[in-house]
Amino acid sequence: MKLDTSGFETSMPMIGFGSSSDMLDELSSVPSFDLPRTKEFDGFQKEAKDMLKHAKGTTTLAFIFKGGVMVAADSRASMGGYISSQSVKKIIEINPYMLGTMAGGAADCQFWHRNLGIKCRLHELANKRRISVSGASKLLANMLYSYRGMGLSVGTMIAGWDETGPGLYYVDNEGGRLKGDRFSVGSGSPYAYGVLDSGYKYDMSVEEASELARRSIYHATFRDGASGGVASVYHVGPEGWTKLSGDDVGELHYHYYPVAPATAEQVMEEATAE
Amino acid sequence: MTKQHANWSPYDNNGGTCVAIAGSDYCVIAADTRMSTGYSILSRDYSKIHKLADRAVLSSSGFQADVKALQKVLKSRHLIYQHQHNKQMSCPAMAQLLSNTLYFKRFFPYYAFNVLGGLDEEGKGCVFTYDAVGSYERVGYGAQGSGSTLIMPFLDNQLKSPSPLLLPKQDSNTPLSEAEAVDLVKTVFASATERDIYTGDRLEIMILKADGIKTELMDLRKD
Repeated sequence: MKLDTSGFETSMPMIGFGSSSDMLDELSSVPSFDLPRTKEFDGFQKEAKDMLKHAKGTTTLAFIFKGGVMVAADSRASMGGYISSQSVKKIIEINPYMLGTMAGGAADCQFWHRNLGIKCRLHELANKRRISVSGASKLLANMLYSYRGMGLSVGTMIAGWDETGPGLYYVDNEGGRLKGDRFSVGSGSPYAYGVLDSGYKYDMSVEEASELARRSIYHATFRDGASGGVASVYHVGPEGWTKLSGDDVGELHYHYYPVAPATAEQVMEEATAE
Repeated sequence: MTKQHANWSPYDNNGGTCVAIAGSDYCVIAADTRMSTGYSILSRDYSKIHKLADRAVLSSSGFQADVKALQKVLKSRHLIYQHQHNKQMSCPAMAQLLSNTLYFKRFFPYYAFNVLGGLDEEGKGCVFTYDAVGSYERVGYGAQGSGSTLIMPFLDNQLKSPSPLLLPKQDSNTPLSEAEAVDLVKTVFASATERDIYTGDRLEIMILKADGIKTELMDLRKD
């Protein structure tokens, strides 16, 4: 019987000698990337990053409460000062009972969450049971750690429901992994924390929790220029996740702060010809 | 000791603009044909649109050498797919392939700004928009390249469709007819040519429908 030694394999990616058919290789091992042959790798990475200005800037949040996990995010992607999209999916559906949020580099988050989904499925097939949230977040954190210092930008939360109940982990590109019950990530997170922390109670109903999540995202989009678009709210329960709402934040503003019709005090008269 | 910086860059920007609009049963992909470097024009007749499959057409601006390399990789991967599955790739499948191809050069990116247009499995038009390292999303219309910041706000004004993230889910394709969409594209490029030095010469429009691909050409200002 061949033992599974994938845990013992070195996690450093192959530099420079990767085969040309690297995409056909199994994605569950460390993908080998083409690296530029420069003397100064970091300087090149910084220049390439500045030149490309790829999409980032965001507000995402997630919290655990009595009814499960609530996950919410905005949908704006900015490239430098230009809004490249108002409809980015920042809550990624890894599988029917686990969600990941996207903050930082859009391509980095999309790719690594897709990769994580593949790994979770392979785990299910190999072990005949679902992977735990703790396990999934660890897979992602270890993968990101092996690319530490290479300029990836990922600030994600893995939220799900497994045998131990609701689970929430924060994972970032430094390879950091934190377990917690309340997180907000992104340029708008300070604003979201303000609203979220002041309104949070563990014993909230699903409706109250989703309204709190939606309001926190709205307030972050109001004050942060790099956040906006549509506020999406998802709930993760014992049966899996469901999308609860998706509201345009421009319309949410008038929903929370309706404009009273102004009464005209002075009416201008039509100018008559002299 | 002052650090020596490289005076040779592997990248260059050849300019140009690409636009795509998705309709109920068609997809319009358009790009100008000017290829430039710095203030010089290298060619007035360089096509930036490339057919990858019967239902997937790629249009890319940026560094055309990287675009050419990218097209070659996608073409060969598509050929392998056809051998293995005995059918052509659908547009959403090609979209993910393009995203992965771009991300595999994450540390030495393709300097290519892509718009992928085509028809999905149901025959509805679809447009996918990308950044340089592979993040992508399906949209109702998209513009990339040097004139994109001029064109996108106008398309938002004319074609603004409900976001695909809203609940209940709404269709993001434009209700415009094919002729109206082509007219809109011509208008938009004529305006972009006025204010962007890298856009002009000629406009190439490809209209993808279930029964085939039609190409139209229109002259733009050459100054």
